Amino acid sequence: MNWLKQLLLRRRIYDDLDEEIVLHLEERTEELVAGGMSGKEAAAAARREFGNVLLVKEDAREAWGWRRLEELFADLSFGLRMLRKNPGFAAVGLLTIAIGIGANAAVFSVVNSVLLKPLNYPNAEELVALHQIAPGAAGLADFRDGLLLSPSMYFTYAEQNRTFQSLGVWISGTANVTGLAEPEQVRTVEVSDGVLEALGTPPIVGRWLSAADQIPHGPERVMLSYGYWQRRFGGDRAVIGRNITVDSLPREIVGVMPKGFQLVDADFDVLRPVAFERGKVILAGFGFHGIAQLKPGVTIAEANADITRMLPTWMDSWSNGPGTNSRIYETWKITPTIRPLKQEVIGNVGEMLWVVMGTIGLVMLIACANVANLLLVRVEARQQELAVRGALGAGWARIVRSLLVESVLLGLMGGALGVCLAYWGVRFLVVLGPAHLPRLEEISIDARTLGFTLLLSVLSSLLFGLLPALKYAGPRTLQALGSTGRTISASRERHRARNLLVVVQMAMAVVLLVSAGLMIRTFESLRTVDPGFTDASHLQLMRISIPETLVAEPERVTRIQNDIVDKLQAIPGVKSVGFASQMPMEGYDSDWDAIYAQDQTYSEGEIPPLRLYKHVSPGFFESSGTRLIAGRELTWSEVYGRRPVVLVSENLAREMWGAPSATIGKRLRELPNTPWYEVIGVVQDVRENGVQEKAPEIVYWSSWVGDPHEAGYAWRTVTFVVRSDRAGTQSFLNEVRQAVWSVNSNLPLASVRTMRAVYDKSVARTSFTLVMLGIAGAMAMALGMIGIYGVISYTVSQRRREIGIRLALGAQRGDVLKMFLQQGAKLALLGVAIGFGAAFGLTRLIRDLLFGVTSYDPVTFAAVGILLFIVTLLACYLPARRAILVDPIVALRYE
Amino acid sequence: MKKPVQRDLFPGALEMMILRMLQRQPLHGYALVQQIKRTSDDLLEIEEGSLYPALQRLLKAELLKAEWGTSSTNRRVRIYKLTAAGAKHLQQEVSSFERMLEGITRVLSPGEL
Repeated sequence: MNWLKQLLLRRRIYDDLDEEIVLHLEERTEELVAGGMSGKEAAAAARREFGNVLLVKEDAREAWGWRRLEELFADLSFGLRMLRKNPGFAAVGLLTIAIGIGANAAVFSVVNSVLLKPLNYPNAEELVALHQIAPGAAGLADFRDGLLLSPSMYFTYAEQNRTFQSLGVWISGTANVTGLAEPEQVRTVEVSDGVLEALGTPPIVGRWLSAADQIPHGPERVMLSYGYWQRRFGGDRAVIGRNITVDSLPREIVGVMPKGFQLVDADFDVLRPVAFERGKVILAGFGFHGIAQLKPGVTIAEANADITRMLPTWMDSWSNGPGTNSRIYETWKITPTIRPLKQEVIGNVGEMLWVVMGTIGLVMLIACANVANLLLVRVEARQQELAVRGALGAGWARIVRSLLVESVLLGLMGGALGVCLAYWGVRFLVVLGPAHLPRLEEISIDARTLGFTLLLSVLSSLLFGLLPALKYAGPRTLQALGSTGRTISASRERHRARNLLVVVQMAMAVVLLVSAGLMIRTFESLRTVDPGFTDASHLQLMRISIPETLVAEPERVTRIQNDIVDKLQAIPGVKSVGFASQMPMEGYDSDWDAIYAQDQTYSEGEIPPLRLYKHVSPGFFESSGTRLIAGRELTWSEVYGRRPVVLVSENLAREMWGAPSATIGKRLRELPNTPWYEVIGVVQDVRENGVQEKAPEIVYWSSWVGDPHEAGYAWRTVTFVVRSDRAGTQSFLNEVRQAVWSVNSNLPLASVRTMRAVYDKSVARTSFTLVMLGIAGAMAMALGMIGIYGVISYTVSQRRREIGIRLALGAQRGDVLKMFLQQGAKLALLGVAIGFGAAFGLTRLIRDLLFGVTSYDPVTFAAVGILLFIVTLLACYLPARRAILVDPIVALRYE
Repeated sequence: MKKPVQRDLFPGALEMMILRMLQRQPLHGYALVQQIKRTSDDLLEIEEGSLYPALQRLLKAELLKAEWGTSSTNRRVRIYKLTAAGAKHLQQEVSSFERMLEGITRVLSPGEL
């Protein structure tokens, strides 16, 4: 850091030098005087012998190598002075840059936190999701997550693999916690051994769940999330070893995970051991997410090969029970498609975020074009000054540099301001962002974002600074000295750069507006889709779970559920009530069955397509507004009697029996050896996985099923649906809670929300993209308009005299107005035409985000074209009107 | 701006002479010029001012250090001293200069042609 010390001390070094030279001259003079010369002569002689003092000083200073730096300082302070002298220009320029950079920095910080940063686990780089597909299993193509793992797969993979450091499976769910305050439904994740080891995040208090905790029916131990620990136990460290009542049984708390820890994408309150019972495990049961840490140096391809090797072992080691063929799964063609865990977490938002990033980048370019335009005007006004500097010996490069320093100064100040804006922008994005944007809590402005902002500031300032600098710092400027500036009339050539910038701006604005328009059209077509339920805002949902430990007998479960329906029905303002294993778009893991039709023949060992199934209560379809196409709903007596009756969706009815009406009375079953169920109703198709996804074929069983002579099976975790105009209000929710608790006070209500909230969440990705593109498009259009307004009003001011002459010679004001409007219209048309070309190519990139509209939708293109054209004419009209208000006398005297 | 080229001197010669003079005794700038002129019997014409850029370069390279002091004639002067690095540098420069000189001398000596 010696140079730094020297730099800071340079004032003193220079002073020393100056003093030394003065002393030198004095000494020489004195000596010459002593030799008999007169004082005046001696001083002159001393100077002559010494040489050019100023030059010597400059040379001596240069020895230290700071000259460039000092010139830079000079340029900087000059730049600052220039900005201060033109506060209007400085404010407009700074604001434009700050908004552009701020928006970019904000979006980049989201992209960085969500897509670029490694996951928040110690072993992040080696973590993979054990994803697999089964192209041979009919119906399975509808599975959103591919083929999940079964417990037997977990045992085989965990015990026989050669490529994984540790491997485990997990599943998310809910549980009831009682005995603390009000009964509460908490989010749980059940993990097998190996999951926590793979992730590697140590607990903040206590210990991990260990292999010894994976004992079925043993004393269960649990871990807590940081949030739950804070909320329910106030962060008390003495909580370790205490018991918590989960699903009516006491469990020992052994540890707490640190703040921000999520299991892949699952946020949880309580972490429980999954504790598979090895003796009861069969081949099937594909319901668990697999996660693993690769051994060092192992590639994903090697890991895939390892799983492929173990699949036959898996089929041979386990069975689906006596009389079943294990090798049936060979027809499923199970194929491992392991992928990095990060990809699993990010899911499908990557594409959307890059689109938004690209959009905002375009806005930055438009902003740069605007600032470049401003600078062009200003440099033009400073031509005299630049010419004088050139005449006084400043080199061409030196002038370019000083102009660039000015624009970089502007860029950096704008960037600094932009970071402040980005700070607020990020908060805005987080609020606005899709509710399930992954890694939302990790979003922040970090060093990388700041680095990006700095780079962006410098690059964009070079971009908008270079054009005016190169254009006006050339040797030609000398000529400018000759002309007094009095009669310069604008040459075509001088306008070319500005016109070009405006056209480019218009073209980019067209691209952004077309994209935004396509998203609006997408949103419109999403809204016209019949989701399979009606009037979502008046549909109150809540999830209620009755654990086996609280109520053992399925019959009592059904009675409690029936009582809850009756009590809810009695609340004033309630129209109808029902429940189902889940509502559409709720996003819980779905359940699938192979469905056999009675009037179809199946070959030996053939497995028919898998169908989504749900369990519903009587009155469910009426409450949710799902239309009955044929037949009728279930009745309570059918539920209690466990009558073998079933409902199906319209598309399933059409596929299996041709027409909904023909379906009534037909029979189906889920396994070759289970009883037949008679179809009593067909309901309309439901967009189960979101409005944009195809409606799946669905089978609707009763909420309590099984042999009437045995206990049977009652679906214990269900979503209640209450249709009422009072849905969502606080007083209504209080009455709902009281109604539920009057049946059983131990039952917590979870996920209390309206169907509207569920719906909005499912289209959040689209609406977020729409809002972002809308903002970007509006900014682009505003900047483009400012640009064209600037060009026209500048031309007007330049041609004032000419207009005056024209008017004096008898030109009509209308003609003058037309002249300027034509100029604007020409630029706009050119910009729109180029923009259409670009948009045609670029909107293809957002094709996957669109729904019900093509990427070259003519309506959108036409609308954007017309809109831009009209707004452009308006932007031209304002300055042009000033031109025709010119008084010829004043204009001519102006000079 | 170009580096100052000394009349009748090759680049680095002035620096070498300064170092040599200062090796004998610490001097201030004016005395240094007079000393060089006198020692060379005025054979070398040195513009006095050119000494100072050379001194600054040597200071930056830390071959010299400078201190304000008082001269024998009781003047305020800035006295330059050779540093250890400067002594070493001088030794290298002198030996490489001598080799160069020897080469030039051989080429120029009349007998061998």
